Amino acid sequence: MTKRAIPSRRDLLATGAGALATSILPRPVFSQGAPVKVGVILYLSGVQAFMGQQTRKGNDFGAKVVKEAGGPAMEFIYGDAESKPENGRIVAERLIREGCTLLIGTNDSGSTISVAQAAEAAKIPFLINIASAPQITEQGFTQIFRNFTPAGTLVGNAVARIKELGATTGVEPKTAVILHVNDTFGQGIMKGVDVLWDKQQVPIKILDRIGYDVRARDLSVEVAKAKAVGADLLMPITRVSDAILIIREMVKQNWSPMGIISPGSPGPYEKAFTDALGKYGDGYMSCVPWYNPTNKRAREIASRFEKEMDARFDLNAVFAFEAVEIAADAIKRAKSNEPAAIHAALKTTDITDHISYGGPIRFDEKGQNNNIGVVMLQNQNGKPVVVSPADASEAKAVFPFVPFDKR
Amino acid sequence: MAAAGPLLDSFWQSLLTLVFFYAFMGLTWNLMMSAGLLSLGHGLFLGLGAYATAVFTATGGLSPWISILIGAAISAAAGSAIAWIGGRFSVRGVQFALLTIAFAELARVLFDNWDFVGSTGGFFLKAINPDTNRPLLTLRGGTLFFYLAFVLITAAAYFLIRALMASRWGYRWRGIHEDEDAARALGVPALRSKVLVVAISAGLAGVGGGLFGFLQGSLFPDSIMGLRISIEVLIAPIIGGVGSLFGPIVGAFFVVPLMEGSNVLGQRMGFYGLNTLIYGAVILGVIAFLPDGIWPRIVRFVAARRS
Amino acid sequence: MTALYLNVISGGILIGVVYALIALGLTIIFGVMRVVNFAHGEMVVIGMYIGYGLWSAFKLPPWMLAPVAAALLFALGYALQLGIVNAFIDRPQHAQFVLFISFALMITGLHLALFGPDSWPIQTVESMQSYTIGPVRLDVLRSQAALMALLLIIVLMLFLKFSTLGRSIRAAADNLIGAQVIGIRVRKVYAVTAGIGMACAGAAGALIAPIFDTQPFLATDFTLIAFIIVIVGGLGSLTGALLGGVLIGLSEALAALMISPALKTTFSYALLVLVLLLRPNGLFGEPER
Repeated sequence: MTKRAIPSRRDLLATGAGALATSILPRPVFSQGAPVKVGVILYLSGVQAFMGQQTRKGNDFGAKVVKEAGGPAMEFIYGDAESKPENGRIVAERLIREGCTLLIGTNDSGSTISVAQAAEAAKIPFLINIASAPQITEQGFTQIFRNFTPAGTLVGNAVARIKELGATTGVEPKTAVILHVNDTFGQGIMKGVDVLWDKQQVPIKILDRIGYDVRARDLSVEVAKAKAVGADLLMPITRVSDAILIIREMVKQNWSPMGIISPGSPGPYEKAFTDALGKYGDGYMSCVPWYNPTNKRAREIASRFEKEMDARFDLNAVFAFEAVEIAADAIKRAKSNEPAAIHAALKTTDITDHISYGGPIRFDEKGQNNNIGVVMLQNQNGKPVVVSPADASEAKAVFPFVPFDKR
Repeated sequence: MAAAGPLLDSFWQSLLTLVFFYAFMGLTWNLMMSAGLLSLGHGLFLGLGAYATAVFTATGGLSPWISILIGAAISAAAGSAIAWIGGRFSVRGVQFALLTIAFAELARVLFDNWDFVGSTGGFFLKAINPDTNRPLLTLRGGTLFFYLAFVLITAAAYFLIRALMASRWGYRWRGIHEDEDAARALGVPALRSKVLVVAISAGLAGVGGGLFGFLQGSLFPDSIMGLRISIEVLIAPIIGGVGSLFGPIVGAFFVVPLMEGSNVLGQRMGFYGLNTLIYGAVILGVIAFLPDGIWPRIVRFVAARRS
Repeated sequence: MTALYLNVISGGILIGVVYALIALGLTIIFGVMRVVNFAHGEMVVIGMYIGYGLWSAFKLPPWMLAPVAAALLFALGYALQLGIVNAFIDRPQHAQFVLFISFALMITGLHLALFGPDSWPIQTVESMQSYTIGPVRLDVLRSQAALMALLLIIVLMLFLKFSTLGRSIRAAADNLIGAQVIGIRVRKVYAVTAGIGMACAGAAGALIAPIFDTQPFLATDFTLIAFIIVIVGGLGSLTGALLGGVLIGLSEALAALMISPALKTTFSYALLVLVLLLRPNGLFGEPER
């Protein structure tokens, strides 16, 4: 092979850089007494930054409260996945390299799976704060612990809530049209709907399913199509910005169905939504996990959060907060910052006094907490309130929907 | 270079893996460019390769080695079709570039709505068990494995393309680039030449895509065949030096650390957009002051020093 | 059913007129200087932020603010052209492409740094209103935007046809050497052209701001739509841009309705491919000389 001067110079440069690198980059050291490094992966920039920032607030508040209560020392290192699901893995790997022995995240199903792959490869426990895609717990991941409802549970509970609604108000919807966002999360819920509608013989007939891109900026045709179907109920599966777009279009096109009930999606309860739409945002219902308004401590945390973090204590904040409490509990019992010890402690988690609505927090062999309850929220006077089930409700549901032009 | 690999920290291995990925993709892009065919939709070939490889391996149960070959074949076929259509209808220059974008976007939207491959929700590969996984069998492994894999294919592509450019096909492609009509007049089979160069470029891109898909572990149409990655693929070779063999490699060594570095800087400073701003500014600087790219300038500099 | 189709069609036509304004800017730049301006969408987004900013400050309706955005972007385009782009006119296409990509990156980066990634909706009373004409409901904001866009397009067309400067621009587009021979100062003409092109983008952006929430990531979509319209309508053809814009707006709306909302862009890209292959000078462009 001909000897070329330039490639060999390049080789030298690269080897030199490599040697330099190994000397300056410290290897992570686990030492007793040092705070546990917890890596938090969220979307802090990009199109889903809204939600990520809100989740971060919940996480920060959780850290604060845990510290006040004398919990174990934890150092939170945030990683931004920039609203791109495949970045989950890259960010997780970076956090693991920086010495994190526990990961929390991500408030998006796509990036959650991506992070789970990294966690699995590195054998680092991964506590999932918010993500509903069913396949997360079906892929054989051994390191995950999900404190959130999978799509099936969300939809199942939503159906139960809708039935209750019909029973208590005497108005029973017979048909529905679904408008759904087309990302990992949206598809997860849709699958849940399909499975459940079959199994439970739900008496509401789904007349049409209209999907749209998560980045869509114009939903006028989608809403027009949905209106033309003429169903009783609109069941939207959305994120925040698209929920706002949908309601605006409905007002412009003068479409007021019998009710708008989401089987488990974000959007209506978020501050951005109620701020943007004002009185037009009222009446929208969503079936999601939430904090328990009848629990005294939960109420205190909620009002403290609203005051100190200047934000609404919504689903994102609630479950981000709770994840921190679960982490603190596990680390305290593990008495170590080694990943294996934390993993073992998480496996035996059993918390009965918690702020979310539902039974004790326990993880099954797939890492799923099956005791999380789902409430029905409704926007009333610009705020989301729990209207169902009876043991958690703060107000009565307003059903059927007050038409837009009568507001 | 490869020998240095195991000495490096896994952070550097990851970074260099990305460098070699873009170097490899840049080499494939540059190949098409040698015949004057500007590809603004190279993500199509990358993405087709990635999806084919992933789907045939995960859902189809085939060996990843075979799946990668299938992926390369599918990409090569797509490339040939586009080149043939473009050639047949005399679509040249900027119009050809727009044609590549159109096909890439069409494919992306179709994949966005194809449930079999997960549509916008993404296609996820199963997690590998680090204890029982055999990288040479599954073509997936740790950081070191992917680093070596990408170094290897980049080297292979470099030598392959060098040989091609020195062959009569290389002369034909350069002739077509210079002046297609004159080349035709001299008897160069323009259509066949163009189809061949795009087929090879696309097929190789498919291989890179397949491996990249394994590296990522998850595929989303927008990120693997969208406009964004098509643009990322061409920045390295243009900055490094179009038309030179080494240009894309040098370009990747410049561009990738720049991209990653500005990302980290931006996140550390809590400044969204700082990374994009820096990245854009540096590219502007290079393209304005080093019109032919970095590598030709280095070569001239060294040559001037010598004389 | 008819009401549904009529509504969708009218919505598509209205937004198509605004797209036409964007495309007009691009066809002028592309047609005259043959530069591949891949930062056109970013200019539209600058216009959106200007529109949003002025609306928050003065609460004037955005259609009134379009001329302001146009003026600001004219200045920007003029400066950029004289400063950097003129030097790239003779450079190979891929170099031009990277130049504009770097602009696009810098502009988006600047937007992200200054304004953040969140979408900023303009909320006015009109946001929720529509005009009712028989069975058809016309979005108030879209109607206003479309009317203003049409007005600007007509003004621009008249300018290009009848003013001296306009004629110089068309001369330079038609025959560069000839134009230089008769004494047209090409560098200045190019600068004005770039200014006008970007002014169109900026004005359109200001008009779009109340319709689509302002955020940095819309840029690429606008760039792509502009290129599709310019090619389909015919490079350098003003009427082509107008008709092409309406055609694309309309066809996307119909495709969304009749095929599937998720696939609405497929029709536009398919049309692009067909035009590139079969009628490269566009549906309304001049035949090759």
